[in-house]
Parts: sequence; C-alpha cells; structure tokens
Amino acid sequence: MKYLDEFQDPVLAGRLFAEIDAAVTRPWALMEVCGGQTHSIMRNGIDQLLPDTVELIHGPGCPVCVTPLEMIERALEIASRPDVVFCSFGDMLRVPGRDRDLFGVKASGGDVRIVYSPLDAVAVAEAEPDRQVVFFGVGFETTAPANAMAVVQARDRGLANFSMLVSHVLVPPAIEAILSSPTSRVNGFLAAGHVCSVMGTGQYEPLADRYHVPIVVTGFEPLDVLDGIRRCILQLEEGRGEVENAYARAVQVGGNPVAKAVLAEVFEVCDRSWRGIGLIPGSGWRLTPAFADFDAERRFDVGDLTAEEPTECRAGEVLQGMIKPDQCEWFGTTCTPRTPMGATMVSSEGACAAYHQYRRVDTPVSVRRG
Amino acid sequence: MAEPWTDGTVRPAAAADIESWSCPTPAHPEQRVVMGHGGGGRLSAELVEQLFLPAFGSAASTATPTDAAVLGLPGGGRVAFTTDTYVVRPLFFPGGDIGELAVFGTVNDLAMSGATPLALSTAFVLEEGLELEVLTAVATSMGKAAMRAGVGLVTGDTKVVERGHGDGLYVNTAGIGVVPDGVDIRPGRATPGDVVLVSGPIGMHGIAVLSLREGLEFGTELQSDTAPLNALVAAMLAVDRDVHVLRDLTRGGLATSLCELADTACIGVEFEEASVPVPEAVRAGCGFLGLDPLHVANEGKLVTFVHPERADEVLEAMRSTPEGAGSEVIGRVVEDHPGVVVARTRFGSTRVVDRPLGEQLPRIC
Repeated sequence: MKYLDEFQDPVLAGRLFAEIDAAVTRPWALMEVCGGQTHSIMRNGIDQLLPDTVELIHGPGCPVCVTPLEMIERALEIASRPDVVFCSFGDMLRVPGRDRDLFGVKASGGDVRIVYSPLDAVAVAEAEPDRQVVFFGVGFETTAPANAMAVVQARDRGLANFSMLVSHVLVPPAIEAILSSPTSRVNGFLAAGHVCSVMGTGQYEPLADRYHVPIVVTGFEPLDVLDGIRRCILQLEEGRGEVENAYARAVQVGGNPVAKAVLAEVFEVCDRSWRGIGLIPGSGWRLTPAFADFDAERRFDVGDLTAEEPTECRAGEVLQGMIKPDQCEWFGTTCTPRTPMGATMVSSEGACAAYHQYRRVDTPVSVRRG
Repeated sequence: MAEPWTDGTVRPAAAADIESWSCPTPAHPEQRVVMGHGGGGRLSAELVEQLFLPAFGSAASTATPTDAAVLGLPGGGRVAFTTDTYVVRPLFFPGGDIGELAVFGTVNDLAMSGATPLALSTAFVLEEGLELEVLTAVATSMGKAAMRAGVGLVTGDTKVVERGHGDGLYVNTAGIGVVPDGVDIRPGRATPGDVVLVSGPIGMHGIAVLSLREGLEFGTELQSDTAPLNALVAAMLAVDRDVHVLRDLTRGGLATSLCELADTACIGVEFEEASVPVPEAVRAGCGFLGLDPLHVANEGKLVTFVHPERADEVLEAMRSTPEGAGSEVIGRVVEDHPGVVVARTRFGSTRVVDRPLGEQLPRIC
C-alpha cells in the first residue's frame, strides 16, 4: 500500500540498521518525543535490533499521559452534569482521575460520547440546541488546528451551547525543560513529525543552537523511525547539533500556514502543568479573550478545581526519560492497564502501556535481522 | 473466593462481595457495568470468572468455560450446546446484517467443538416503533443464513420493549449440534509442536462495521466476512479427525483468540506477523484509527492447532472450501512462555501479543 508498505520494508530496514551499526563508535541516548513513535519502536522491536550502544529514551509526547489530573477532574465534573453532552477522543475515557474515569461517568448516566473530530462535537451542538455540548480539547500542536477550527465554526454558526475544555500542550518548551534538566542524559531528539507538519521546523533551531543537540524531525512508520535514528547518530558522531527533517513527505520548514493562522487567532500561550512532570512555563495554549465565551472552564466554573497527583506513581520519571517503565516497582503488578496508577499505563501511546503490551515478559525468541 | 460447603457444593456468596475481587478497579469505584465488560476482552473474562461463576455456584459447569458446552447423552453420543446474543449496530452493514450474524455466530460456536449443527432457537427483543420492513429483512436474512448453514430454526420467542429501551432490535440464538465420535476439540489438547493455521484474511468485519457506523471511508469498499464455518470444519475433520483446537475469531480478534487459548491450555504460541493475512483496506482503516488488526473483530474466520504431520493436509482441505480459501500457516505452539503469545515482526524482532482490555479506543493523533 502506498506510504505504508514502503515504510515497513524489511530489506530497506536492514540497510538502515547496517548504516547505524557502521556509524556508531560510542554510547548515545536518543529520546523519541512522541508516544506514537514509542509504540512503533516497541511494536516492531526496533530497540532490540539496534546496537547495544544506542539507547532509546521514551519522551513525554503522549497528550493523554501529560494531561494534568486537575484537568481530568474538571472534565469528570463537567461530564457528570445532566445538561451536558461531553464529547472526547476515545483515549481520554479510561484515564483515571482521583477515583473514577469518564467511562465510569458514562456508566453512571453521564452523556459521554466518543467522537473522531471536534467538528463532530460542533455538529452535535447544532443538532441538540437544548444541551450544553463540551469538547475535551487535548493534545499537542497536532490536534490544535482542528480544535481551533471547531471553536471558530461554533462562533460563526452562533452555537452558544458549544464550549471546549482546553488542555493543549506544546512540544518545544518540553524539550527545553528536558535539555535544561541537570539529570538529563539525552544526546539527541527525534522530534514528532505530526507536530512539525503543523508548526514547521523553525521553532527547534534555537534549541539545537543553544544546546548544540541534534533534533531530527521523524515520522512514525518503522523506516521513518530508523531513518531518524540514523540521522541523529550521524550528527552526533560528526559533532553536529542541527535541526534535520527526516519526514519531508509531511513536513515543510514553514509548517502549515493556514493552520498556524487559525491557531494564532484562537489560542494564546500559557503556563501549563504536565501530569507527572509539573509546571512548564509557556508550554500550553488556552483560548484567547476573544473566544472566552467558548471556554468550558469559565462556563461551568471549574477553573478552581485542583487535584494533587498521587505520589506513588512514577510516570513523571518515565515521561522525563529518567527510568524505563519496567524499572518502576509497580509495573505489571500493582499498575496494569486494568488498574492503572497513571495515564502512561492507559493511553495507547503511553510508554508504560507500550511496555506492558509488548514486553510484559522477556520474549525468549532469539532475535535475527529481517 | 468461593469456599466449599460441608455438603461439597460451592458457596456462591462471594459473588455479592465485590470488595473481595482479586483485582479492585480504582477507575470504576461505582462498580457498575461499563461498555468494556461486553467487549470480549479481559473485562468480559473477569465478569465470567469473578461474578457469574461464583454466583452460579455448583450449578455452573466445572469444565473450562468455552463458547459451546459438550454434553454426554444418557444413551451415548454427545451434543454441543451454545447461546449468543447479538446487539450489533447498525443492523445492516456491508456484507451482512444482524440476522445473518445471529445464525452464523451460533452455528460457528457449535462448529468450534467439532459439532455438526442441527437446530437453532431464535429470540427477539424488539423496540416499539421498529418498522416491520426492517424486521422482515432481518428474518428473511436469518432464513437464508440457516439454509446456507444447513440448520433448522426450530423454536423462538418475541418480546417488545418501550421505545427508547432498545436499539431497534436484539436477537438471541441458541443452538445444538451433534459431536461426531472420535472428535475431541478443546483448548486443553494444544500440544507444543502443533501448527497454528488461520482460515483467511482478518479484521474485515470490524473495519466494515466501524467504517459505516462512524461514517469513515478508507478508499476500498470492505465487506464483512460473515460466514458459517461448519462446512470448513467438516472439510478439516474429513482429513484429520484429530484436529486439536478450533476457535472462531470474534470480537477481540486473532490476538484475543490466541491469548485465550495460550492462557487456558498453558502453552505458548509463536507466530510470524508477516504470515497473517491482513487486507489492504483493513490495514488502512487500522492505521487511520490507531487500531491493531490483530485486535479487530471477525465473523467468519477461525484459528486451529493441528498435529504437525497433518498440517499440510488440513491446510489443503481448508483452502478447498470457500470459507477457508485464504487459509495460511502462521505459527506454532511452543513449550516456552506458557500463557503468552509472541509475534515475530517482519524485521526479525519479537514482541508479546496481548488482548485488548475492553473496547478498542480510537486514539487522539
């Protein structure tokens, strides 16, 4: 299949592995920023096939995982109201709040609906004018344009019963937070391709310059990931620290100007807490004052609702690349997808869920190259 | 946990004591049924093991729960007995409808014990206001499906619920069949060395239904694979009466079937990912929605474990039938890692294959 088969070809993968083998002269630790990349790595066993000297650290790029507990609590509070239709991407329904999740709210009679696009939620608002329709606007820069467009459409259609609970997060400040941490071991980054298809690559130039670190914009299919790793290793071995685009079929330097225009109209930068990590300055987006009427936090007066993160869960260390999921004492015993202690075990893109799904036991089968 | 009474029966009281469940659920403290309990994954299994079986006490079968129970008759011979309820939405989808599913699903549950299906019951729960035209279409489809599968629809029941209390139409079917002498098909017969075969391309039903339900299109018109598997099983038994294990692939997909078998039989399964047939439209749909084809529902496929010396004959017999034309050998039963299914990727690495927890959730990005 076009754009799938080519990027899963075992023969081409073998060549990339060989190039990586030939290039590596000493240990390197690379962080793949996006949870989609983590899953691709684990599902395809890419880490098993790399030289032992190349370590992959799994980054914080899973929107479900980093949505702060207080935002989950606000969602649960709003979704429980009898006049509300609460629309969300499916991933968010199983994320544990303090003592329940959105599935639980649904089972208790809340009108919680899975949608595939925020525009579906706008359509619900139009079809059911007597109900308050709230969309849970989570995600990185990738999902933000569609969310922004939904708010614009709601305004243009005069849908006073539509609002959005916004919990957007931004990748570059998170990379900077990791780079500036004294405990960081990361030598190079695989940046999230989909984020860059919206925002372009320009935001990463100052980071690469300031920290002299390779940042390779990388896709999600196995060969995309391998090529990203190869380019990152080559930069490190040659002493370079540059922004490089390994996902040129989707990413342009300037990003998507139409999407960026609507983002600038609808959202403004704000400080944001990341679940398990804490507050990262300037790392989020909220609605601009012009769209304040569509802000669900204001409409339902839940902005003051706060929640303490449970102290036992070590998701924060996982999200910052300080430990691997299976190095956590709760992994696979107390904490499983069935009984998650943190969102990293819930989301299909969470690093803990990926380890649990694909590496729960040491697979005893000998590894051989394609 | 259930404790024996002095009279030897099992005390069912544990069923009411939800607090004592071995796996508390912090995410669902209100202890209600959630959609995932019907998803065919881990949550469904927990409901059976931790609620139904303790509650039923000594009335429950002591045998491992399977899709069909095989019962010995007083005068000799064995019958297979099964039931299933169908709540699919939409009622009509590309390549099938709820009526056809209700017949084939129950026929297939019987066939998986090696039984020759004899007769089915049909019970309808109808929602007030349902158009008779719709009911006629479903009933007609059931008649055709029963004729294709060679079973009779011999008894039934109809109930009507108030408008708003049902999704138009639910169907329950129960079925009985006769298990031929010498046939012994059950998970416990899985033996290290057995060859694992799948009867054709996977994931078609799930993606066909999902694409229609959510208004998603993936370029190719995909039909559900809804089909009766009794003729396929008969063809397999004709060349190898000693088939060890059969399991139809339903809601949780190939991964769930293999995991359940590995778990129940306490054996390991290894398969080559590249050997599993996945249609292009299924791959596209799964790629788009972030789903794993191994987890997507099927309605006309089975997986079987057979003795390695009989594998070629069985494969040939499977391919000679319309329902098994796309059959492939995908892997082996192994002694290592009991209870765990391992896939070898096309790159030569390996990974554990797990069953989905409950419902599969389309991802954010």
